[in-house]
Amino acid sequence: MAEYSVFSLLRNGFNANRDWAPAWRKPEPKAAYDVVIVGGGGHGLATAYYLAREHGITNVAVVEKGWLGSGNIGRNTTIVRSNYLLPASIRFYEHSLKLWENLSHELNYNVMFSQRGVINLAHSPAQSDDFMRRGNALRHEGVDAEWWDRDRIARAVPGLDVSASARFPIVGGLMQRRGGTARHDAVAWGYARAADRRGVDIIENCEVTGFLRDGDRVTGVRTSRGDIAAKKVAVAVAGSTGRVMQAAGIDRMPIESHVLQAFVTESLKPTLDTVITFGGGHLYVSQSDKGSLVFGGDIDGYNSYAQRGNLPVVEDVMSEMVALFPGFARLRLLRSWGGIMDMSMDGSPIVTKGPLPGMYLNCGWCYGGFKATPASGWLFAWTIARDEPHPINAPFTLDRFARGLVIDEKGQGATPRLH
Amino acid sequence: MLIACPYCGPRDVAEFTYQGDANRPRPDPASTDLDAWNDYVYQRANPAGPHREYWQHSGGCRSHLLVTRNTLTHEIAGVAFVRSAPVPATKPAPAAPRKRPASRKAKP
Repeated sequence: MAEYSVFSLLRNGFNANRDWAPAWRKPEPKAAYDVVIVGGGGHGLATAYYLAREHGITNVAVVEKGWLGSGNIGRNTTIVRSNYLLPASIRFYEHSLKLWENLSHELNYNVMFSQRGVINLAHSPAQSDDFMRRGNALRHEGVDAEWWDRDRIARAVPGLDVSASARFPIVGGLMQRRGGTARHDAVAWGYARAADRRGVDIIENCEVTGFLRDGDRVTGVRTSRGDIAAKKVAVAVAGSTGRVMQAAGIDRMPIESHVLQAFVTESLKPTLDTVITFGGGHLYVSQSDKGSLVFGGDIDGYNSYAQRGNLPVVEDVMSEMVALFPGFARLRLLRSWGGIMDMSMDGSPIVTKGPLPGMYLNCGWCYGGFKATPASGWLFAWTIARDEPHPINAPFTLDRFARGLVIDEKGQGATPRLH
Repeated sequence: MLIACPYCGPRDVAEFTYQGDANRPRPDPASTDLDAWNDYVYQRANPAGPHREYWQHSGGCRSHLLVTRNTLTHEIAGVAFVRSAPVPATKPAPAAPRKRPASRKAKP
């Protein structure tokens, strides 16, 4: 039975919204669970939901240090796409995109997934070749990709500076029509409610301070609200991976935490109905349903846990935005904020069993965690339930660095600040 | 963020290039210890708190600097020239270095 329908909206509209039930309970932690998931962000909540739905494991707790969705799930620029180059990445993100396409229906929660298309702009013949190659790799894997020339982009995106005199003239772009945006908070809330309805305990304001151990084996978590035993402990804490793993006695990881800033402008009338990325630097911009432009660029480029960045990157991002859309120069900035990215050494995530017995690890999302949320949860739940990875996440191991099997989309090497 | 370059004085972070974690012990170049190399290339302590890291004043005097900065607050506790600071201990090669082939010897 749908909890949110036109009838429930009408009924509550006429009685001052008195009938709404809380979307999820606020349970006290039990002494023991089958699975404890550390981290109540998008990935942790999605993992809990798919554990319950796909694998029938409902004796699950999600423990979250702050409030639900207070981390990167509420701090990203909401872009969803699957236009990667390497087969392992394409399969991972395409699995995610397919889950996105049915997510609102499945959760009975409108995540406002809007397949408005993502255009990666190319600014030189070499970059065009590179993007066409990526398009061909995508089509080879059965994923949609189209090459758009400059004139077609000019017709589709008014306001874009397509003149030959631009500092980085636009040559063309790679369009993925099935890409788009989603309402990021709704994703957290939708997964939380759906997981809660299936019996998952979501425990907020509960910080993990250590792990219960039996020799090498992890047997639970030590939290600010008492010890919780668990047969399996899953860690999905993004930028805090280093800190949480240190509490488990693992001092070094192939991860650096970096700050990424994002920005929204004041609201304006509908002006941009696709997602645009700038190939001359690093910028991605879309317009939210409220009318604000939501955009971001590079990470600041130094290790940080501060959730706030510095001005050089702000200046950089603004100059790129104005280079693309000169008319946006007069807009006022409404807000900016920072989130902590778990930058891995090859720019690809880690979704795996281990590194300790009884433990499962989900991290290394770099900039790309939001779009991966459904697949990350789905595949992590599979890995936890079956004690082995699904073929799609089998390449995304922790030991791939030592084994020389890195998945490096940019070919950048072990320099996290450049991924 | 301002970094107090010991040569140029306090300058905006935009003038500097980040070069990463300064705590990674580099194996001896002759080492064939794969674990040690993996540790050096891929593993990071990634601390939340004081972090020793390399920056270069690329938009200034071009000195390489060793900066101690708090990753939680971005406060900088100290800046020194890398050349005057102790580098992390080099791990010695486990096996004795191979003898060079005689043909490579410089002729008098």
